[in-house]
Amino acid sequence: MNKRKLRDFIGTKLMLMGTLFISVLFFLILILLLFRSSLVLESHSITDVLFSSIWNPDAGDFGLAAVIIDTILVTGIALVIAIPISLLSAIYIVEYAPLRIRRIIRPFVDVLAGVPSVVYGLCAFIFLVPFVRDVVAPWFGAQSTGLSIFTASLILSVMVFPIIISLCIESFDAIPIALKEASLSVGATKWETVKKVVLRASAPSVIAAILLGFGRAFGETIAVNMVIGGMPRLPSSLFNPGETLASLIASKYGELMSIPIYESALMLVALILFIVVLLFYLLGFLILRRAKKRWNY
Amino acid sequence: MEEYQIETKNLNVHYHKLKVLKDVNIRIPAKQLTAVIGPSGCGKTTLLKSINRLLDIHDDVKIAGQILVNGENILDQKTNEVPDIRKKMGLLSQKPYPLPMSIFENVAYGLRIHHQKNKEEISRIVEYCLKETGLWNEVKDRLHDPATRLSLGQQQRLCLARAIAVKPAVLLCDEPTSALDPISAQQIEKLLLKLKKDYTVVLVTHTLRQAKRVADYIIFLYFGMVIEQGPAAEFFANPKNPETKAYLSGEIS
Amino acid sequence: MELLNRRTLEENLFKILMFASLCIVLGSLVIIFGLVVINGASSLNIEMLTQTPTISSPGAPPGGGILNAIVGSLLLALPATGIASLISIGIALFLQTDFLSPRVSNAIRFMLDVLWGIPSIIYGIFCLMIMIYLGMSSSVLVGMIALTMLEIPIITRCMDEAIKMVPIGLKEGSYSLGSTKFETAVRVVRRQAFPGILAGMLLGLGRGIGDAASILFTAGFSNRIPTSLFDATASLPTMIYNLYSTPLGQSKAFAAAFILLIIVLIVSVLSRLLTRRLKKHIIK
Repeated sequence: MNKRKLRDFIGTKLMLMGTLFISVLFFLILILLLFRSSLVLESHSITDVLFSSIWNPDAGDFGLAAVIIDTILVTGIALVIAIPISLLSAIYIVEYAPLRIRRIIRPFVDVLAGVPSVVYGLCAFIFLVPFVRDVVAPWFGAQSTGLSIFTASLILSVMVFPIIISLCIESFDAIPIALKEASLSVGATKWETVKKVVLRASAPSVIAAILLGFGRAFGETIAVNMVIGGMPRLPSSLFNPGETLASLIASKYGELMSIPIYESALMLVALILFIVVLLFYLLGFLILRRAKKRWNY
Repeated sequence: MEEYQIETKNLNVHYHKLKVLKDVNIRIPAKQLTAVIGPSGCGKTTLLKSINRLLDIHDDVKIAGQILVNGENILDQKTNEVPDIRKKMGLLSQKPYPLPMSIFENVAYGLRIHHQKNKEEISRIVEYCLKETGLWNEVKDRLHDPATRLSLGQQQRLCLARAIAVKPAVLLCDEPTSALDPISAQQIEKLLLKLKKDYTVVLVTHTLRQAKRVADYIIFLYFGMVIEQGPAAEFFANPKNPETKAYLSGEIS
Repeated sequence: MELLNRRTLEENLFKILMFASLCIVLGSLVIIFGLVVINGASSLNIEMLTQTPTISSPGAPPGGGILNAIVGSLLLALPATGIASLISIGIALFLQTDFLSPRVSNAIRFMLDVLWGIPSIIYGIFCLMIMIYLGMSSSVLVGMIALTMLEIPIITRCMDEAIKMVPIGLKEGSYSLGSTKFETAVRVVRRQAFPGILAGMLLGLGRGIGDAASILFTAGFSNRIPTSLFDATASLPTMIYNLYSTPLGQSKAFAAAFILLIIVLIVSVLSRLLTRRLKKHIIK
């Protein structure tokens, strides 16, 4: 056979295999999680698992409600902090900062994105835990060891900053200057132009960025695990310890190799994580696609 | 004796350290259509955008000299008074850029910015502007549709309506027909001829034929310098400079 | 005039808020680097870098260094990145060069994005399950596999984006000269996108070397330097994770964090330089 054709054939087949591998992997993971979590669902109804807040594996209770609530709290607060700060920073960087400052700030944001979760966790442990324990909690009249839901939200919001900021910068940059000029020419100030034109035109991308940040915060395991205190119980205050879905898996990882039903429960948690992230990405994708049809700049 | 609405004195503009406009001294008469002509890349757009201080938004731009509008040097104004200066001048770009909102909101945009709250007043002005630009009949049933659904020609007329909604004194037009099909282009030209009764129109164009069709006054810009300016009839009949003659005869373009 | 003043006032108010926000963001970065540099630099010495942790008698402070973690990280991340890159370039080229319909390609891209976005602990769980099923124990090998899976989506998407920037005219030109799809993919596309491809690999390496969740139980932990693929091994992230809460272990944790941050900086700087080169040399 012609050497060229042979090389072509092998090369193409190899590429195809790689692509198949990764597509299969996606479904394999999903199927594995589904399969392994079915065990716990045989003896516990799904409503029990999701809505009971008693997590006592030794007694056979796998209620995840407390953990789910903690997860929502941690993620929610983190985003409430992160969204305005990230948006305002991104607007400043694109619209107001002089070129020289802009060139310096962009790399900083990228570096922030590359810092590993463990390092965030370490710094949060050294800095934020005492900070919450000695400054923030007393300010609110609460007592805290510093290992708490609030601490986890704080470090999570920092981790989400670079995601939202860099995606927003990208979408603001994509807006043609002439569009901004059109707004300025009727006598709008720069800020009004940002509010009514830039943000409006890039709204779908901004929403997608927020969803991505949400997904990241939702699934963050290590940093949260290091500062949240590992208590899968309903919190009475934000300054109490807690446990999120992701950090639960990290905490109880050891059990994965012992009791099958315990392992199955953790697999269910992993499945929930996978599906939630998948849904967020799907939502973001649909929003972006619909937006491209409506406005095409 | 014509009134000169806009004058520049020794205007020099540097863009990225390149001198784009050199010692430009021009006079633009009020309520007439002035065409700025010249080969591409000679600074026509820069001249236009300096008049409404739109160059301010770019880093690395240095402007020296004076730009007098109704006698006042607008280059003296502080940065936060610039939006009011710009309000007096409407801008029409080469490609139509409708804002990301409905047709109605596009025209009402300027009004809302300047805090016009009265709903009836806004509707009235929007209708008036759309009628002035000949769009009313085409869009009156879909005023709240996204503006991007209009054809290019309609979008450009919308941008014109948007510009006149804030009652400017001057209309700055940067090759507004170059992206349009011939029929839409003709519509825009007709509109400009109609509007020049009420507004001072400054039209940048790089087609001589367009200038011949619509202009009352011509400014010829070549490599950032004003070669000749004057009433259109005289300009075309008796060009004085060699470059002007070369451009008019098509040698340089 | 008064109206304009009010509008400008609103703008100035928000300018202050924007500036404050930016300060918070940059401040966080400064604090993180400050903490790690100050604490890490003070505990970084020759002993730290060249020795493994010594098992000390109870009551005495632990000594030794983090060499086991350094070697472990290199052993895990470098081969993982290499293998992942090979697979990724195949996938990325396959996606781009007309082998598949756009719809299928975009579906695969979506799956890759999801795989990039899921928490890395899921890769750990997945490999753990396979490990148990095959009767293996935590080792370099399993950890490497987990990292490879983790890195493939990242590297593939980065390479994908880099290849996207190759103008379609180049591909068409190549076809018209008689090249097959495969040859066009390999020669023309790869050369143009080379800096971007490298940048993608760097990004994958940076992510892989810093990730803890995926190798927490797949690579295990050990105070010794691994001598075979089947030994359990420590790594810089797991070292930090295991030692961060003990006051005596923190010096090692910070030393490891310091090294990780240096790697992050190098990756960031290099990939920035590479993408700039890509933009310069691109044929339009």
